[in-house]
Amino acid sequence: MQKNIIKLFIVLLIIFIIGVFFIGLNKNSIYDTKDLVGQKITKIQLDHLTDKRIITDDDLKKNDFTLINFWASWCAPCRDEHPILLKLSNEENLKLLGVNFKDKKNNAIEFLNKLGDPYDDLTKDEFGKHSINFGIYGIPESVLIDKDLIIIKKFIGPISKNDYDYIKNIVRK
Amino acid sequence: MRIKIIAFFIILNFNIVNAETFSADSNKIFKNLRCLICQGQSVADSNSEFAQTIKLVVRDQINNGKSEKEIYNFLIEKYGEWIVYNPPINKTNFLLWSLPYIIFLIGGFIIFSFFRKSKKN
Repeated sequence: MQKNIIKLFIVLLIIFIIGVFFIGLNKNSIYDTKDLVGQKITKIQLDHLTDKRIITDDDLKKNDFTLINFWASWCAPCRDEHPILLKLSNEENLKLLGVNFKDKKNNAIEFLNKLGDPYDDLTKDEFGKHSINFGIYGIPESVLIDKDLIIIKKFIGPISKNDYDYIKNIVRK
Repeated sequence: MRIKIIAFFIILNFNIVNAETFSADSNKIFKNLRCLICQGQSVADSNSEFAQTIKLVVRDQINNGKSEKEIYNFLIEKYGEWIVYNPPINKTNFLLWSLPYIIFLIGGFIIFSFFRKSKKN
């Protein structure tokens, strides 16, 4: 009887170990942001790049939808998404908040003068500290929020044509 | 004069101990944070942009009097449990945390019963 219990235990243990390996090896360990969707962003305090003012939660609550875009003049993929941001800036219900990430002010202004300025407000994150509050881990990254500051979607990497269609559908509803 | 010298060394020693405590705390936190853009590196090991930013934020939070747990909770809220190497116990990982103890107890029981049986024989 006891031998059978031990055998059963060993078999169950082997099945369990195989199961753990099977699930563990099939699990996608790449960081994704699905946990962030539905979260509320708080304590927003971003310094304006050119004016002496601070963009806070209250400023963003005035907008139906806000796309917070983290970018820098030194970031090549940011150039790729720029035409799409310019197109998005024409959307009525959407405001674009640019966050210039670890960049030089002159370079940022030159970048926008050259390629066009899609942003309703442009702020800076000199040391990248504010980016942590938005769950950013690289640029370009964008966060679409509603007027309650709830995250609707987070876009990692340059905004694609599909992302553009998605944002357009959401803000036009 | 002698009292002043002793007082000076006591204050100096106190400051050194404080500085060591701060650095130990921040280093401990960095070691338990995963660098999300690196391959198998902690924030402590990495010099990437992301790791540097996390280090700045953690140091700021320590200076603002946040506890280690509060710092982990803040980062978990922003990046999910994947950012910590030592995730807190919850419903989904409870079995994983308790399994070593369960196996230890069952193993102990098997060894105990094996010895008891061999003694009888």
